[in-house]
Amino acid sequence: MLKIWSMKKQQQAENAEGAAASGGKKKKVTAAQLRVQKDLSELSLGSTMKVDFPDPNDILNFTLSIEPDEGMYRDGRFTFTFAINQNFPHDPPKVQCQQKIYHPNIDLEGKVCLNILREDWKPVLNLNAVIVGLQFLFLEPNASDPLNKEAADDLRNHKEAFRQNVRTAMAGGMVHGQSFDRVLK
Amino acid sequence: MTSHSQYRPTSQARTTGFPKYLDNVRTKKGPFTDPAVELGPPAIEQMEKMKILVIGAGGLGCELLKNLALSGFKDIHVIDMDTIDISNLNRQFLFRKSDVGKSKAEVAARFVEKRVRGVKITPHNSRIQDFPDDFYRSFQIVVSGLDSIEARRWINAKLIDLLDEDNPQSLIPLIDGGTEGFKGQSRVILPTITSCIECQLDMHAPRAAVPLCTLASIPRQPEHCIEWAHIIAWEREKPYPNLDKDDPNHITWLYQRALERGQEFGIGGITYQLTQGVVKNIIPAIASTNAIIAASCCNEALKIATNTASFLGAGEANYMMYSGNDSIYTYTFLHEQKPDCPVCGQQTKELTDVDANWTLREFLEWLGVHPAAQLKNASVRAEGKTLYMRAPKMLEEQTRGNLDLMLGHGLAVLSNGSAGGGDGKKVDADGDHDGAAAVRIAGLGLESGTEIAVTDEAFPGQQFQFILRFK
Ligand SMILES: [Zn+2]
Repeated sequence: MLKIWSMKKQQQAENAEGAAASGGKKKKVTAAQLRVQKDLSELSLGSTMKVDFPDPNDILNFTLSIEPDEGMYRDGRFTFTFAINQNFPHDPPKVQCQQKIYHPNIDLEGKVCLNILREDWKPVLNLNAVIVGLQFLFLEPNASDPLNKEAADDLRNHKEAFRQNVRTAMAGGMVHGQSFDRVLK
Repeated sequence: MTSHSQYRPTSQARTTGFPKYLDNVRTKKGPFTDPAVELGPPAIEQMEKMKILVIGAGGLGCELLKNLALSGFKDIHVIDMDTIDISNLNRQFLFRKSDVGKSKAEVAARFVEKRVRGVKITPHNSRIQDFPDDFYRSFQIVVSGLDSIEARRWINAKLIDLLDEDNPQSLIPLIDGGTEGFKGQSRVILPTITSCIECQLDMHAPRAAVPLCTLASIPRQPEHCIEWAHIIAWEREKPYPNLDKDDPNHITWLYQRALERGQEFGIGGITYQLTQGVVKNIIPAIASTNAIIAASCCNEALKIATNTASFLGAGEANYMMYSGNDSIYTYTFLHEQKPDCPVCGQQTKELTDVDANWTLREFLEWLGVHPAAQLKNASVRAEGKTLYMRAPKMLEEQTRGNLDLMLGHGLAVLSNGSAGGGDGKKVDADGDHDGAAAVRIAGLGLESGTEIAVTDEAFPGQQFQFILRFK
């Protein structure tokens, strides 16, 4: 075991400036928090997005609101909860839409079908990538990855009806016998 | 100096009946033994006094305990919070049918103790997070045989955190084994000397996941129906408040939902067993792969403990990967430490002479000109505490008030009546004298030794860690 210690001392001698911490250390910031802090400080939100922290000390839980200014969902306000666990960035953030909305890639409980939130997540991806992905879902809803099958069928087969349904649902109306949350600003 | 003929086995070694070959290795220098190393009875005695911790008493853990005991370790502890399931019995060979439902750590410890005379194995039926630092400090080597990346990251960060540069005893090697089917790896982490689990995070293949929309609309396999029940039906119906993957009632509920789903889409092959496997993410384990990986971990432990030969981590390599998927392939290599690793990165610097009575604003100004920092636009956090973040906007607004608070506890005695306003909580200095002086707590409550993490827009992609030392 002493051999390992001599390796340590040798390493220290080699990079003398490594005057690293000795003495008591208290409360190390967890790796997940470090990474989230870094991701948050590099977030580019633009004018259509905003993040809110119910508890500013807990940066692993927050909400993102998106207010698309173009596309079929413009003038709506959609919020997503982000729940990040201590195994981030190995695990992706858990993201859920807080409103019941009519969208081919978001189900009625708010689950989101976005590849990088699940099957294509990699630790090198950051929160910005997720946020850009969510924003894209409102600009380009996609009928080939359906979580709301009826909405996806409408989008694929009757684009104009789909557009109408989006507006009806956003105003808090009924589509296919389902009532939706009003999300207009 | 020491030769085999000079060495007489101690009476203890004879009574425990260890093969003398082990003592040959521990007393005779081989061609790869470090010439500076002294072998012989003192080295053996030192090893026998060593405390070694095994984390996990599952497939790898059973092998590790058996091997370490047979390699001459005498004081072994084992942690595992799981109980024995009938499905474990095919490869976790320390368990019998009558043990089902009992603690893995306890049964494994009892079995090996009985089988290998002279070894003491202390079982802990708990979570690794439940032990104080002093518990971990008491070991000389930690060997992990875990199936969870989260637990690995935790023990890795713990052992690196325990390192005290002035105390050789605080450097505890972590030997980590892992298997997945025919593949596996052994690696040795010497805290801050070699790369660590966090540096190597990208070596773990992410869990293969099926797109959510496939589960929701076009399931094709029995696993898709089970995942649908697990991810979609459970959340929708919430039959129990929290999913307990070890509760047979919960698994049965998921199994029934998955069956119904399978019938709807004409998918067969959904069984209770498969449901359990998918939900608990049980990776098919192969007993022989566990044996290979555990054997290599144990040999590294033996070499580290005795210095009889060079070990992983000491030289040109710290990582051995094994793959039996396509014939046999092994590759031993040096995984380089990441200088910016958030756990073992060496750049955590000490900031001495910090005044606990400075406001956060004063501290940030000081940080901007301090030669070791020079971070003029710092955003700062401590564990569980956001001190000041310049972005995103909402977080800046929420933490701006902290700028005027003192770093420490900031106890300031104020005369009665002047303590209004501000964020401080008002506390009576002495509760029985109403209207006397009030103590206003206007501090962030940081203590000397607290670590802070700093980002600065001038250094994108970088992060800085400091330890605050108050004057
Ligand atoms: Zn590292």
